[in-house]
Amino acid sequence: MSSHAASASIDHHHDPSTSTGIPNKKLLMWAFLASDCMFFGVLIATHLVYRLHPPAGGLDPKAVFSVELTSFSTFILLMSSLMMALAVTAIQKGNVRSCRWSLLTTIFFGMIFLGCQVYEFQHFVVDKKMTLSNSLLGTTFYTLTGTHGCHVAIGVLWLTLMYVRSFKPGAGSARRTWLSHQLWHALALLALLGLCLKVTLGLVHSIQVEPSFGAAMGHFVKAEFLAMAGALAAVAACVWFARPRGPVAFGEANAIDVESMGLYWHFVDIVWIVIFTAVYLLEYL
Amino acid sequence: MDTTAKTAYLTKEDAVPAQPKLLAHPTAKTGLMSWLTTVDHKRIGFLYGVFALFFFLVGGVEALLIRAQLMYPNGTVLSAQMYNTMFTMHGTTMIFLAVMPLSAAFFNYIMPLQIGARDVAFPRLNAFSLWTFVAGAIVLNLGWIGPIFGVEGHNAPDVGWYGYSPLTSRQFTPGHSVDYWVMGLQLLGVASIAASLNFIVTIINMRAPGMTMMRLPVFTWMTLVTAFLIVLSFPAITIALVELMMDRNFGTVFFEVSGGGMPILWQHLFWVFGHPEVYILILPAMGIISEILPTFSRKPLFGYPIVVFSGACIGFLGFAVWSHHMFTTGMGTVATAAFALATMAIAVPTGVKIFNWIGTMWGGRLMMRTPMMFALGFVWMFMIGGFSGVMHSAAPADTQQSDSYFVIAHFHYVLIGGSIFALLAGIHYWFPLMFGRKVSEFWGKLSFWIIFVGFNVTFFPMHFLGLNGMPRRTFTYDPNLGWNTPNYIASIGAFVLGLGIAVYFAVMIYTYYKGEKVGRDPWDGRTLEWSIPNPPPEYNFRVVPTVHDRDAFWYEKNHREQIAAERAVAEKAEEAHGGIHMPHGSIWPLVASSGLLIAGVGSTAFEAKWDVPGIHWKLGLSLLGGLVTLVGIYFWSLEGNEGYHLHLDKDGKPVKGHGDDHGHGKH
Repeated sequence: MSSHAASASIDHHHDPSTSTGIPNKKLLMWAFLASDCMFFGVLIATHLVYRLHPPAGGLDPKAVFSVELTSFSTFILLMSSLMMALAVTAIQKGNVRSCRWSLLTTIFFGMIFLGCQVYEFQHFVVDKKMTLSNSLLGTTFYTLTGTHGCHVAIGVLWLTLMYVRSFKPGAGSARRTWLSHQLWHALALLALLGLCLKVTLGLVHSIQVEPSFGAAMGHFVKAEFLAMAGALAAVAACVWFARPRGPVAFGEANAIDVESMGLYWHFVDIVWIVIFTAVYLLEYL
Repeated sequence: MDTTAKTAYLTKEDAVPAQPKLLAHPTAKTGLMSWLTTVDHKRIGFLYGVFALFFFLVGGVEALLIRAQLMYPNGTVLSAQMYNTMFTMHGTTMIFLAVMPLSAAFFNYIMPLQIGARDVAFPRLNAFSLWTFVAGAIVLNLGWIGPIFGVEGHNAPDVGWYGYSPLTSRQFTPGHSVDYWVMGLQLLGVASIAASLNFIVTIINMRAPGMTMMRLPVFTWMTLVTAFLIVLSFPAITIALVELMMDRNFGTVFFEVSGGGMPILWQHLFWVFGHPEVYILILPAMGIISEILPTFSRKPLFGYPIVVFSGACIGFLGFAVWSHHMFTTGMGTVATAAFALATMAIAVPTGVKIFNWIGTMWGGRLMMRTPMMFALGFVWMFMIGGFSGVMHSAAPADTQQSDSYFVIAHFHYVLIGGSIFALLAGIHYWFPLMFGRKVSEFWGKLSFWIIFVGFNVTFFPMHFLGLNGMPRRTFTYDPNLGWNTPNYIASIGAFVLGLGIAVYFAVMIYTYYKGEKVGRDPWDGRTLEWSIPNPPPEYNFRVVPTVHDRDAFWYEKNHREQIAAERAVAEKAEEAHGGIHMPHGSIWPLVASSGLLIAGVGSTAFEAKWDVPGIHWKLGLSLLGGLVTLVGIYFWSLEGNEGYHLHLDKDGKPVKGHGDDHGHGKH
């Protein structure tokens, strides 16, 4: 698959072109993550300060949170980090096919996490009556976890574009042009992710509002028929765009790009562990 | 990436698919397009400088209007409302649009030259920082369409540069002014953080062989410390501004007392950023001074490691003193005592630096050229500002001085007598390098003396005004309070200072076109930026230098044969590797930044209510801007970081026809 698979001669732990041997992109990402620590630090500090000074008659967090669901999504995010690490290892060995599958799994897990968060927000607003503006807890909770959710969403977008990038044709490819191909491929994959999220949440919603399973299925199929059809079309498009067409300009030399993205993804994961502890678990001590 | 070996026997089937037309690299070397697509750190630095000086003049005019209003009691030059706008925009403009970008101009232009690099680590990110800075500056000043063009409901920000809650809430500031302030500062924050990340990687990773960290010129060291301060302190204000934006637009209650929020939180978050920001403004100045004093004292810097560690120490301690801005808010005795002690402690490394500068001059052969005059002015004036700063660290004394003109006097001594003097010194010092011309000594010194006298006449009386009880941010005063004479003197001084600045810039513009031409290394410098021709060629160094000593160029001047032999070997080796590698220009950073501008304008300039038509513009332009930014970043990454190779003739001119356009960016 890769035009670079044969040249497994890159030392991924030392870049001779820099003064320190650390690749520029990795150093940039480290410095950025140091900065990002402060972003989340301030948000978490805001939440904790207001936790210590709750307004009279405020919401009880334990009555709002569902720690089981959040524990599940936390676990999923941890597993996505594992898949991200596997993607980095694969591409460092020049194994493009394995890298792609790991990227797709990371995206998949990331989307599950986002789905849980969308469900959680919706549940809190509609059933628990906690909104952004009716309580201090809602204000700090939605802003903090929402900022984290934005980070995950940006990560998913980045992973998606990296996955699509791995199909850029290299020397000897059957393709002559690639830009429009890349754009359509990316749009198809993003449409697939969005539609799957919609369909899954639709399924959960149907089960909740209908009395029996059969009725729920009927409601679900009626409500989400178009979205499901669209998702199937998007799957077909993604498979079509990913068909093998010769060598690609993506391989071991791109390991640093995948690794930088991985650092970001792991960081977002670790921040979630801190948020999960400070925002959720702290309430159950 | 060993594709070069294959190219010899490429068949039609083997050919690499062509780069799409949309992603063709811009090739213009002159004209508007070349400036919009430039990734050359020197051109970007120059543009930063031009924009910064423009806003320096804008902020100066605002200051003169303030002084005109306060010249006489019961002044009528400005209304109370316009006075608020003026002092807010004066502070915000001078800090974020004048001093910081002027420092960034030097970071960009000088730092890569000092470490022997051909460019920064991420040239396109550098262009993105520049254009995002411009976008932020535009959004911050958008409110002027109210007072200047009479557009209803718009006004420039009028809540102070610190924007204390709850004044910034929708209830007390219903118009758009705070929205412009929030979004403008957010964009400037993005620009500053992106630029600083770039500088950090550049300094750590792009040093020439032999340029160890403890051989870095002090200006480069201070660039590094400042960059770390920026990436670690700007997040605090970014999140504080996000919280404020949420309060104003989405009904959250972060600073809303009725919902349980605490306005004091804003002060803490703001000063967690705001105090490191003070050092962001002064550390580059200290770096410039540490370059100028040794050069014109004909001695190496006294106690180099101590100067470096003091700078880093100031950077660390700078995060532990923020609450000294809040001694009067009732934090409790423990917190007050702790922050008072930390504030006194931070005076120590600052004092150490001053002693080192004096030690540098001690026994040196002082050359009283214009940059040296400004540098000496810096040391003296900054010391006065430092003394009044230490006075503030004593919490009981500070309680008396807080929010009085004494504070105004203090921080103008630090920021004009400190930062501005050093930046003006830096312009004089590096002008011959940047433009190949030298400012006339007579006119340079004349402008210095007018500025020096004007500055002191303006701000020294303010110490007494403050001790006599004149509060800050007051738009006028009663004639029988005893403040008439000092205010009158201060205003006269302000106009003299304005005249001095006008002379300074007139001289600079004249010199740019007509000044005396100078050859390489006019000051007999010590650092690598003086080793190249002026103005510098786009590739900076014909051969990447090998560094043997702390004052790298001084060593070169004393070991010419050794250096010449090394150069010959290095040049051959580089030619064997394909020549001098240069990055391509790119339009995509500009596209990404203009998306931020569209979103920034869209999200602030229109009403957020659902029953007025403005909401469609607000949402539409915000989404459009986001999309443009996304497209910009996407094509930016698809375009790739390939560069091309230059081959030079004997005179250092690139040889035509040898352009190897498909060189790989990374080997």
